[in-house]
Amino acid sequence: MPVLCSSCAEKRAVLKRPKTAHSLCKECFFWAFEEEVHQTIVSAQLFKHGETVGIGASGGKDSTVLAHVMKVLNERYNYGLKLLLLSVDEGITGYRDDSLETVKRNQQQYELPLKIVSYEELYGWTMDAIVKQVGLKNNCTFCGVFRRQALDRGAMMLKVDKICTGHNADDVAETVLMNVLRGDIARLRRCTAISTASEGEGVVPRCKPLKYAYEKEIVLYAYFKKLDYFSTECIYSPNAYRGHARTFLKDLEAVRPSAIMDVIHSGENLSVREGVKMPVQGTCGRCGYISSQALCKSCVLLEGLNRGLPRLGIGKHHRLHEKILSQQPLTQKEERKLKAVDF
Amino acid sequence: MAAPIAIHLEFGGGAELLFGSVKEHHVTLPNQSEPWDMKQLLVWIRGNMLKERPELFVQGDTVRPGILVLINDADWELMGELEYELQDKDNVVFISTLHGG
Repeated sequence: MPVLCSSCAEKRAVLKRPKTAHSLCKECFFWAFEEEVHQTIVSAQLFKHGETVGIGASGGKDSTVLAHVMKVLNERYNYGLKLLLLSVDEGITGYRDDSLETVKRNQQQYELPLKIVSYEELYGWTMDAIVKQVGLKNNCTFCGVFRRQALDRGAMMLKVDKICTGHNADDVAETVLMNVLRGDIARLRRCTAISTASEGEGVVPRCKPLKYAYEKEIVLYAYFKKLDYFSTECIYSPNAYRGHARTFLKDLEAVRPSAIMDVIHSGENLSVREGVKMPVQGTCGRCGYISSQALCKSCVLLEGLNRGLPRLGIGKHHRLHEKILSQQPLTQKEERKLKAVDF
Repeated sequence: MAAPIAIHLEFGGGAELLFGSVKEHHVTLPNQSEPWDMKQLLVWIRGNMLKERPELFVQGDTVRPGILVLINDADWELMGELEYELQDKDNVVFISTLHGG
């Protein structure tokens, strides 16, 4: 027996919204979803008229929906934004090469310019080559750190004013949980922010227009709109820690759908008591990128790869940063600790 | 006796990887004394179709949280979920949301 749309009361409902428990038909759902993203954008003042905005595009569901909705809203509400797609090619054969094909189709479908920056051109290393050297245990650290900087570099080449990414409500809630579980107070405080101001030279401001959009709705939006997206797990990524947080959150959501919004709400309203030690943001002594250490994570990881000491950026070896900066040789003992043997 | 019913199953969003990377399947559910419902369909899928790692698809007697189910293009949460009685020519879609964004 079909349920009628609780908004128009005419058509057959196609989904139950996790956020509100309303039953909506396809058209009313599209409208509600887009309007909520619009409200998020307006109330947080994410963009200014005339800005050039790079959409971080992976070919996956979130960034595909983001690109589609940004284009729709830019036209519907005359944001006056110049939109373009920005992709990172990590150099993962059988994964990213396929997903980039999706991005290239999106470029045609949405008529947006596309820029792809690759790890190979930026760092001289593909993820395939990195995994060969470091194995499958800490490879996601390299990829995550390099991707963040690669997006900034691509954005600067294109002179974009802002980057927006497809992070959704589920992603943000997962990140809150992970930061709690790791005791990472500095990230815990930052991770719910919908936008970051420019933190310095070489860092482009970022925002998350889908921050309050449930993954379920993003997937159903893509499904009902028949959007073209890519959904294969990265061949190198067990990403175990996030996986656990994700499963836990999905189990909670099954019992109480508001759990996701509630975790975000908790994260947003946490305040860190005075006197808690926080890392001081500075800049990297080598490349000038933001860093709370003498060298940024990206430079340390790269130095490790280039010297055949991949453990250099894994764990805490801050004492060695001065040595690296001044190009002093490491002692044999230090070198032994940083080799890949016990990866 | 309920007659055998033919239904169309579709797996997407990465869920197809558990079914030999095949997205669409036409299956016939054998006749049985009770009408087929979603709960029984999941047991049948697990026993007859799942090639690997069933825990990534079913959890307890339902689908693993994070897998969306559509019956005839509507969210199964509107259709009675596990209690929905399957009809001949029904279309059931399973979409994983657990794969990378």
